[in-house]
Amino acid sequence: MRQIAIYGKGGIGKSTTTQNTVSALAEMGKKVMIVGCDPKADSTRLILNAKAQATVMDLAREKGTVEDLELEDVLLTGYADIRCAESGGPEPGVGCAGRGVITAINFLEENGAYTPDLDYVFYDVLGDVVCGGFAMPIRENKAQEIYIVTSGEMMAMYAANNIAKGILKYATSGKVRLAGLICNSRKTDKEYELIDELAKRLGTQMIHFIPRDNQVQRAELRRQTVIEYSADHPQADEYRALAKKIDENKNLVIPTPLTVDELEELLLAYGILEDEETAAAKLA
Amino acid sequence: MWPVSEQPKVSREMVDDVLSAYPEKAKKMRAKHIVVKDEGCTTCAIKSNSKSIPGVMTARGCAYAGSKGVVFGPVKDMIHISHGPVGCGYYSWSTRRNLATGERGVDNFVPFQFTSDFTENDIVYGGDKKLETLIREIKELFPKVKGISIQSECPVGLIGDDIESVARKMSKEFDMPVVPVRCEGFRGISQSLGHHIANDAIRDHMIGKVERKDVGPYDIALIGDYNIGGDAWASKKILEEMGLNVTNIWTGDGTAEMLQTAHQVKMNLIHCYRSMNYICKHLEEEYGIPWMEFNFFGPSKIEESILAIAERFDEKIMKNARAVIAKYKPEMEKVVEQYRPRLEGKKVMLYVGGLRPRHIIGAYEDLGMEVIGTGYEFAHKDDYERTIPEMGNATVIYDDVTAYEFEEFVKRLKPDLIGSGIKEKYVFEKMAVPFRQMHSWDYSGPYHGYDGFPIFARDMDMAINSPTWALSKAPWKKSAKEV
Repeated sequence: MRQIAIYGKGGIGKSTTTQNTVSALAEMGKKVMIVGCDPKADSTRLILNAKAQATVMDLAREKGTVEDLELEDVLLTGYADIRCAESGGPEPGVGCAGRGVITAINFLEENGAYTPDLDYVFYDVLGDVVCGGFAMPIRENKAQEIYIVTSGEMMAMYAANNIAKGILKYATSGKVRLAGLICNSRKTDKEYELIDELAKRLGTQMIHFIPRDNQVQRAELRRQTVIEYSADHPQADEYRALAKKIDENKNLVIPTPLTVDELEELLLAYGILEDEETAAAKLA
Repeated sequence: MWPVSEQPKVSREMVDDVLSAYPEKAKKMRAKHIVVKDEGCTTCAIKSNSKSIPGVMTARGCAYAGSKGVVFGPVKDMIHISHGPVGCGYYSWSTRRNLATGERGVDNFVPFQFTSDFTENDIVYGGDKKLETLIREIKELFPKVKGISIQSECPVGLIGDDIESVARKMSKEFDMPVVPVRCEGFRGISQSLGHHIANDAIRDHMIGKVERKDVGPYDIALIGDYNIGGDAWASKKILEEMGLNVTNIWTGDGTAEMLQTAHQVKMNLIHCYRSMNYICKHLEEEYGIPWMEFNFFGPSKIEESILAIAERFDEKIMKNARAVIAKYKPEMEKVVEQYRPRLEGKKVMLYVGGLRPRHIIGAYEDLGMEVIGTGYEFAHKDDYERTIPEMGNATVIYDDVTAYEFEEFVKRLKPDLIGSGIKEKYVFEKMAVPFRQMHSWDYSGPYHGYDGFPIFARDMDMAINSPTWALSKAPWKKSAKEV
């Protein structure tokens, strides 16, 4: 069983990418489970063709305690027999969402959600590793393989570099490794080259460049993945390509995060950031 | 017990020898927290109020203990919610012997324990709604409750629950003080910060909120007496016989109203300086109420204090004061006569909390005893400045003493009596050293005032001269025949 965690800046397309890639893996005959680790609970809706599934924490609150839950209440099966669970958690500003992730994953473990027939478990994790709870999927005996979704936008790259720092911390104390960057294109300038270079600097690879295509939005409106909605569309083949690369990927590394200065130099080199002279010239 | 021939030797060498068991850094840090007072000691600088070294066994508590256990807990007609998981509430239930009169469940909630009993769900989703429900339930079950305090346990601070807004809402709805107290246990380095936080919470949410109608020139407040074993009643008795009117007690056998009307008294008499000096200073700055420290342990200190207090009032009070002293003198002389011969020359080592490591010294001296070592769990610099002059030469003063250090000091200095807390009691009793709990007075008390001294003398005699210790001998030290 390979356990994979997907991290990346908020809004970068982690959930969409995860669900499309997982669908492609399932299409290849793999048994997959998705564990959503985000209080928004939108990591499984395209697989279940539903608004949002009942989460572990929400049901626990309804029934009183986590101990009152049954696995079948929270582990649902969707498209191509993909199993889905969502940790859930509070609305923004109250409580502790991180603790919710820990509680939910412990519940799934203790109640036998991780069956030996599974080929893959995917954790779709909230934007940044803000506290210990959101590092839960990469702590011992959980995901050992991490993909970071990014784009050519500066803040997405900052986030990717920060996540690499987090991985470095856990890599030294465990077996977690960076497996690659997934570039979810925003059509910024020199995006392919930039992310390819960032990946190299981090000691890893850009495993796939997903072009931007409105077909993804069309499928999402129908609460479906592109694979399910339009199996013959070229965008579906992009996710199939990514799935295949992940399936064959053996390139697992301890990342070498950049300093902020190094990152800005990189952006300068690719013309994203202007150097001070150019900026001053423009102002004048 | 120790052979009589062995005399204690207090010296810096003895201290250094004990500390030599530590790693270099720990040794260096701990050395600053222990001083030996002798002829050459002019400043006796002692480091205090700093973080305990990881790895040592400290007897310190946490901010929650300081707020809930010490300051708020004794306020009898308020309900104090241990907000968080059940453990902190359960283990702080009835652990201090602060006595209170009144009808249980009507105007006295001291014997009870209230907790929001956090579970996993409350951590993840926040405990605000549960807190609101709990407060409503309290008001329904105990309609005569005069106020509520919310004592934050650690998780409340970690998840950032907004207890202030719940408190505001509930306070308005039920027209009574609902006091949010941010005394999460991880804050600060000992219970001391909890006292300060609790003082500030009372300042912000209670003082000046109610006006008492009958106000007189002799109205005073007794501050920092938690009525352990009835201490506050014994102190109050003396003050009232002097002609003073003790309208407010903080917080032993105290009420919400006593906190709310604190601004109306003419003087604050502070017993436990460490835990309540903050509020005295505030009342002085804000309302111009003078405050003074006093000591009602043992007839010498009581007499000194009575006169010092009376001096702050008028001739009438002074006349009463002298009469009070005269009235109790024969009784106190009788006590000394009875117990002094049995206790003369006995050596005592103390390790307690807020004020007793210095305040009780005089009471022991009245009985002819000598305090050769003393120290505090959580004192600050100003406490030690008040302590060192009370101590004789060739004595040792230790701050936040570790279990190891205390045990070693006792082995080397061989005191006849140790006065400390529940954590120390059984260690030393197993070593066959007489012991009295000086936080709780064991199951006895009061020790304050003229009522307390005979009990104090009796208890110390009972501990030291009990035949038990002579009979106790480890089985492996007995001869085969004895076993």
